[in-house]
Amino acid sequence: MSLDFSFLTLKVINNIILTGLIFSIKLTLISMVLGIILGTLLAMMRLSKYKFLSSFALAYVTIIRSIPLVMVILWVFLLIPLFIGRSLGTEYSAIITFTLFEAAFYAEIMRAGIQSVKRDQANAGYALGMNYFQCMGYIVLPQAFRNMLPVLLTQTIVLFQDTSLVYAIGAFDLLKGFSIISKNFNRPVEAYILATIVYFIICFGLSYLVKRIQNRVRIVR
Amino acid sequence: MFTLDWSFLSKKVVGTQTYFSWLMTAWETTLTISLFAFVIAFTLGFLMGVLRTTQNKYLVLIGNIWTEIFRNIPVLVQIFLWYFVIPKIFPIFSKLPAFALAVIALGLFTSSRISEQVRAGIQSIPTDQRYASLALGLTTYQSYRFVLLPVAFRLVLPPLTSEAMNVIKNSSVAFAVSIAELTMYAIQVQEETARGIEVYLVVTALYFISALIVNLISIVVEKSIQIPHFIGGKK
Amino acid sequence: MIELKNVSKWYSDFQVLDNCSTKIKKGEVVVVCGPSGSSKSTLIKTINGLEPFQKGEIIVDNVNVHDPKTNLSKLRSRVGMVFQHFELFPHLSVQENLTLAQIKVLKRNKTEAINYGLKYLERVGLTNQKDKFPGQLSGGQQQRVAIARALSMDPIVMLFDEPTSSLDPEMVGEVLDVIVKLANEGMTMVCVTHEMGFAKKVSNRVIFMDEGKIVEDCTKDNFFNNQTALSARAKEFLSKILR
Repeated sequence: MSLDFSFLTLKVINNIILTGLIFSIKLTLISMVLGIILGTLLAMMRLSKYKFLSSFALAYVTIIRSIPLVMVILWVFLLIPLFIGRSLGTEYSAIITFTLFEAAFYAEIMRAGIQSVKRDQANAGYALGMNYFQCMGYIVLPQAFRNMLPVLLTQTIVLFQDTSLVYAIGAFDLLKGFSIISKNFNRPVEAYILATIVYFIICFGLSYLVKRIQNRVRIVR
Repeated sequence: MFTLDWSFLSKKVVGTQTYFSWLMTAWETTLTISLFAFVIAFTLGFLMGVLRTTQNKYLVLIGNIWTEIFRNIPVLVQIFLWYFVIPKIFPIFSKLPAFALAVIALGLFTSSRISEQVRAGIQSIPTDQRYASLALGLTTYQSYRFVLLPVAFRLVLPPLTSEAMNVIKNSSVAFAVSIAELTMYAIQVQEETARGIEVYLVVTALYFISALIVNLISIVVEKSIQIPHFIGGKK
Repeated sequence: MIELKNVSKWYSDFQVLDNCSTKIKKGEVVVVCGPSGSSKSTLIKTINGLEPFQKGEIIVDNVNVHDPKTNLSKLRSRVGMVFQHFELFPHLSVQENLTLAQIKVLKRNKTEAINYGLKYLERVGLTNQKDKFPGQLSGGQQQRVAIARALSMDPIVMLFDEPTSSLDPEMVGEVLDVIVKLANEGMTMVCVTHEMGFAKKVSNRVIFMDEGKIVEDCTKDNFFNNQTALSARAKEFLSKILR
């Protein structure tokens, strides 16, 4: 068979592929920032001495991690209108889903990060008269975050790959862009070859970057 | 706020099939896809992971390229690749049903993750352990077969368990090529019956139970290969 | 029996072995010592081909280690080696550790292999531990099993790579006793160690290494009792370690 990429005009790239790519990146970055914040809170709850906080965090993380992401996407999309009476649209629904979902994964990473900081580091903070939040904010979390930076970034690459699953509710992301091209020009083979190449270049490039950061962190430590 | 109504489960879809029997078939499909995909992933993942720990730079390169390719393309894109592209380029695959293509896609994707775990597991075994087997005169093959792999397998069992759970979760993307597994059921029956909450609840519960089954199997396997005071690789 | 001729080794452009030459005769006990990072361990691992080297030649019992045609497995099965961290196989019982290579490499049948293994296990005084797993033994016991494992192969020479340095102090004695007994029976041995008492007691020769070079290669008496003839580095090392 012969491949024909003549449909790939500047207009198609601009209107379809870039539109999708920008949403995928937006979704990744927003969910990463919100997910890490929520995940860090969950990790702190998980390690808290208050039983109800730690049980809540444990239950949240366990439940979310045992449901397929596609099902979580569908759940949020179904439940939002039932709770607030109207639809927020696929894009906001996706952002909420990914924040809630990825928080469970970032929480496990941050928990390991907090535990990687020596216990006496916090004690040294308390000995200086700091309270819990000062200790966490100034001493433990900065070190935990630094130790876990490569893992957090790797999880973010997984997050970027996962954004393609918004296909389930039809949000206009990068993959949706290629599937539109596939249908409009009736060129599924070429469209999905392109999709594969674009995703591979982005993810491979990012994981190469993470590896370099990882080496640098190792040297500094 | 909501009242749950489960009566749709006993309603007929076509012929003698009810929504309940369809649900069970969908669950079976999810489990079958996952099982076959995991067998592929386990076999190829172990092979590639082992290649990456050998002294031969070509074998290492093959293992590395394999792992990077299948790890850096989203699983849904890989499903589309196998469904739309591969059968057109390699006509042999056009004879395969969508089910088999999804199994291959999922299996290869997961093999890259298992390859990572296996490589890390073998590399965490101290070099002197490899040397000790070679010093006794074992060949490279024998040192893998009798020493490194049995140790590595025990080390990677926990991450292997979570990969098995991931396969079940990731099998949900097969809905995108219209395979009648659990997620496809959820989407379709939600539309047909308008009982979204009930449908999603029961499907989510079945995913939970599936994960639980994997966990139980892993506990049994772990027990059966347990060694007293096994301290793997950390000395 | 063992001859090293101008052996040099590099890790990329970092030289770890620099023109090392020595000869070890049958029945000789040679102690290799030197500060950490002096590549002692690398040197003895070149003898059975575990560490490749780029220049020079090593002959063990008329076999050239570096020759690509050499059957390394066969050579290694005749050279016993004991490691710093014991390196028993954690998933195999003591008895299986003793018999694995006898069966797979020497092709002994299982009963024969068990008999050999148990004979040497008795010599290290651990017969009653044969069904335990390595993790259930103390460090000293593990190292004695490792010695029995190497002896079960009927080696022509034994290489020891800091056999006592990862042991708790109270277990060093039991392992050294086994090695001393072996030396007294005439086993050819090369032993990397910091145990100078042991070196004084059983060795014939001492090789002192520093920064990948063999700095001293002399009789035990010359090394310990005639220090005026030694290099400054060796004197400094001895004054620290014998203090």
